[in-house]
Amino acid sequence: MRETLIIVGNGMVGHKFIELMVERGAANRYDVVVFGEETRLAYDRVHLSDYFSDRSADDLALATPDLYRAWDVRFFTHDRVQSIQRDDQTLTTASGQTLHYDKLVLATGSSAFVPPIEGRGAVGTFVYRTLNDLDAIRAYAQHAKTGVVIGGGLLGLECANALKLLGLETHVVEFAPRLMPVQIDEQGGKLLRAKIEALGVRVHVSKTTTAIVPGEDGRVEQLTFADGGTLPTDLVVFSAGIRPRDELARTAGLTLGERGGIAISATGQTSDPNIYAIGECAAFDGKVYGLVAPGYQMAAAAADSLMGAAQPACFEGADLSTKLKLLGVDVASFGDAFATTAGSREISFSDHVAGTYKKLVIDKRGKHLLGGILVGDASAYDILHQMVQAQVVLPPHPEDLILPTRSGAASGGLGVDVLPESAKVCSCENLSKGAVCGAIRTHNLTTVGDIKACTKAGTGCGGCVPMLNDLLKAEMKKAGKTITNHICEHFAFSRQELFHRVKVQGLRTFGEVIQACGSSRGCEICKPVVASVLASIWNDHILDKPHAPLQDSNDYFMANIQRDGTYSVVPRVAGGEITPDKLIVIGQVAKDFGLYVKITGGQRIDLFGARVDQLPTIWARLVEAGFESGHAYGKALRTVKSCVGTTWCRYGQQDSVGFAIAVENRYKGLRAPHKLKGAVSGCTRECAEAQSKDFGLIATEKGYNLYVCGNGGVKPQHAQLLAEDLTEEQAVRYLDRFLMFYIRTADRLQRTAPWLNNLDGGIDYLKQVVIDDSLGIAEELERDMAAVVGTYQCEWRTTLGDEEKLKRFRHFVNSDATDPNIVTVEERGQKRPAYSSEREPLVPAGFIPVMDIS
Amino acid sequence: MRWVEICLFDDILPDTGVAALVGGEQVAIFRAGDDVFAISNYDPFSQAYVLARGIVGDKHGVLKVASPIYKHSFDLQTGQCLDNPAVSLPTYPVQVSAGVVQVGTNAPVSPDAR
Ligand code: SRM
Ligand SMILES: Cc1cc2nc3c(=O)[nH]c(=O)nc-3n(C[C@H](O)[C@H](O)[C@H](O)COP(=O)(O)OP(=O)(O)OC[C@H]3O[C@@H](n4cnc5c(N)ncnc54)[C@H](O)[C@@H]3O)c2cc1C
Ligand code: SF4
Ligand code: FES
Repeated sequence: MRETLIIVGNGMVGHKFIELMVERGAANRYDVVVFGEETRLAYDRVHLSDYFSDRSADDLALATPDLYRAWDVRFFTHDRVQSIQRDDQTLTTASGQTLHYDKLVLATGSSAFVPPIEGRGAVGTFVYRTLNDLDAIRAYAQHAKTGVVIGGGLLGLECANALKLLGLETHVVEFAPRLMPVQIDEQGGKLLRAKIEALGVRVHVSKTTTAIVPGEDGRVEQLTFADGGTLPTDLVVFSAGIRPRDELARTAGLTLGERGGIAISATGQTSDPNIYAIGECAAFDGKVYGLVAPGYQMAAAAADSLMGAAQPACFEGADLSTKLKLLGVDVASFGDAFATTAGSREISFSDHVAGTYKKLVIDKRGKHLLGGILVGDASAYDILHQMVQAQVVLPPHPEDLILPTRSGAASGGLGVDVLPESAKVCSCENLSKGAVCGAIRTHNLTTVGDIKACTKAGTGCGGCVPMLNDLLKAEMKKAGKTITNHICEHFAFSRQELFHRVKVQGLRTFGEVIQACGSSRGCEICKPVVASVLASIWNDHILDKPHAPLQDSNDYFMANIQRDGTYSVVPRVAGGEITPDKLIVIGQVAKDFGLYVKITGGQRIDLFGARVDQLPTIWARLVEAGFESGHAYGKALRTVKSCVGTTWCRYGQQDSVGFAIAVENRYKGLRAPHKLKGAVSGCTRECAEAQSKDFGLIATEKGYNLYVCGNGGVKPQHAQLLAEDLTEEQAVRYLDRFLMFYIRTADRLQRTAPWLNNLDGGIDYLKQVVIDDSLGIAEELERDMAAVVGTYQCEWRTTLGDEEKLKRFRHFVNSDATDPNIVTVEERGQKRPAYSSEREPLVPAGFIPVMDIS
Repeated sequence: MRWVEICLFDDILPDTGVAALVGGEQVAIFRAGDDVFAISNYDPFSQAYVLARGIVGDKHGVLKVASPIYKHSFDLQTGQCLDNPAVSLPTYPVQVSAGVVQVGTNAPVSPDAR
């Protein structure tokens, strides 16, 4: 008969434990049951903050009901275990269940510590631990302007970042004289504070909060401090440390650690041999570990012990080194960061220009590295940390490890090669360099994704991913392979390299390009890339005979394909300005062809549902009325949004409409690695949302500020300031250079924001290239842009005058019939394509229907 | 089986496709080099009749077309989906005779010719 194994707590470690048990074949031996107090199954708490940027609760989930069912694990969520009766081996839950256990594993984690301050329960005070906490903070923040985080440690700063993302004026209040007092020293703390303040977070150190003062409605209004000062605020988050959740163990009479936490042995056993404790609720050697990797190691030890493994893993304490990026600032601390080892010596280097601080702690004999602190640039962390862990003998001049080298090469002596095979690379999954490199070699892994899938390295806290990348590169290099950014199997070049070759060798067609630079016939990946490169350089009509077969369907028909195979029509409405007469034409055309009409997010009008054979007639009407193609189909300039500016607005500083129209008309038709969007706002109120565009201009009293490399979409990112107070002429000159530089150097389908993120030196480098002409190519970039601007043609107008091109616009080559598959239904007074549930799909005979992919 | 005349070989741009109505079915005909291929025009992933509008190319030498909607590739010779072994499309006999593209069909003579 199977024994009953109950796990209390379904957090990261509780889940890991279940996974490890399943891997070890637990289902044959145990009936596995888990209780969780939260409403959701286990999720990735380490990346909790991403919930405010780009990940949903589903993205963060580690477990799903289906997974547990497949694993034969019984689970109860939203049901807290309230007591354990050790004498009869039962437990009782909040919902009233009583269950017998043979073995029990406590994985109850920890809770945020809320210091006993007067007023700490006021409305608008929060902790930062669970998804529910984040939902509550987000909801409350909608009606708040200011937020304070009490506690300037690791989590406090992460939380401050989250409040900033929510648009609050953010303050951090720290009791100690510096931020992150546990991890970094005074010098590092100073620099970190300066950097964080520069990002707009106000930092208050050496401050003891004495009370939280609510207003009459019970909502937080201000904080008072021991020094008599006050700070008005709408919202408070406590991040003053964590406390292990040992309450169940305490009442059940288990032995606790001196400073709390359930005392455990190296196998995870508590003072009751049938009960184990793992994760943040456990104390080993009196110490509680607030990180996920030690928890995973305890889980492995407990799983081995419960399965009676021959060579069980043991938990022998863990290292608390950390590296993180807080509000974009790198911070790392490792080993004996505070030089507490007898006789140890320090080497430190600080660069106030670059804003970096680096410190190494070295043993008495100068042979080994003991620890260190890095602020502002933590790129050397992985290697340095491993040098401590693996006791690597230091090079003769250890200072070289942190001093920048003048040539720009990597710092002296650093490379994964110096690490021994036994160096532990991924502490979450307990994998050594040897194990990871072995897997890379045996299974021929070529991406970090492969490594994750094959070895699980990097799937825990993710901290080791940069190191995995370095190991991969080193292994590939040894094997004589390189990691490529080749476009596809047909071109062994990156887009940038291909662009250069096409331009320098004067190649003008796909045939010439593939002959000179590629092999075989090409495919749907490289053909549109080559089409785009040719258009950016030579600007021929995209439907000219040699180019037409390269175009994606959207470009091929100069319209956007829809889910039923019909197309949408988007005429250009530069700057969003349109006359009533033109509006009437659009309305009339839509009416005559029965098109669905929608105002787009780009200040223009989209007409949907045109059959391919109708496109030329529709466009003939539009072109006649003075419209031009809007290039909604192309990886090209889309729109330059405007606000109304001085034309009407009482706050307008410049003619934002006029300038937006001029800019849109200048770059219309410009093809690029991905689509391009711009905007011009008339004053700092920014009604045109210029800071969310690939390029944005915001009017000032003196001219325009130019922002670049922002976007909305999948991963929103604000644009960054490139130059201030420009005249229109200057702005256009910088735009010419910026856009051409992007077009030359970006990867395929890489928008300006990720391009900038990958540009070495970032915005400062871009400023040097665009403003200071550090590469000496400014004139050439301007010339190239002038050539494209000078050869603009409305693609639709040209097509309408060309019988050859028009031939393509029919559904059947041998019949005037239209596609009988297009079926529409009416909704809110307009037509839209029927969903498959609304019609019998017209499936051709002999076809094997398989899936419903919609 | 009889051959139905579709269009001139020269009506199809090299490395592109056209759709034709043959015996009531939608057939996508592709020209790749000097050869022609015919598979169904139906893209099962989007349930739209659009394959003739896809980009023609090769994957490790296998001639294929990528659907313009979600970019699944289909082998031009066999109709097999290269991204999902469970999906394949019907193929049709096709030939060029005296510069004219012809597709073979068993359907009775139907009104869809011209
Ligand atoms: C029509 C429109 C939605 C609307 O009804 O308002 C729209 C519709 C489409 N968008 Fe969009 N986007 C539209 C404004 C936007 C905006 C808002 C804006 O431009 O102010 C955004 C976010 C801003 C941005 O781009 O940074 C936007 C972000 C995207 C993305 C994500 C891009 C990214 O970098 O993450 C895609 C996918 C892509 O381009 O790869 C996309 C792709 C698409 C495509 C082309 C998807 C497709 O391939 O079928 C849609 C078809 C358009 C059509 O058939 O006409 N659309 N799309 C808007 C057309 C604007 C215009 O006048 O041209
Ligand atoms: C914002 C944030 C960022 C972090 N960043 C990092 C990082 O970068 N690196 C890192 O290593 N660590 C990080 N951590 C810490 C990491 O999340 C924890 O170490 C890890 O989650 C501990 O796992 P656990 O299972 O022990 O506890 P938890 O994940 O807290 O899970 C315990 C679960 O048990 C439940 N529970 C408690 N009591 C009961 C009961 N009586 N009955 C039923 N269920 C109960 C709780 O509700 C909870 O769901 C971060 C934590 C936070 C909050
Ligand atoms: S950005 Fe300024 S000028 Fe433009 S509409 Fe808004 S308030 Fe008016
Ligand atoms: S160290 Fe946490 S995932 Fe590798």
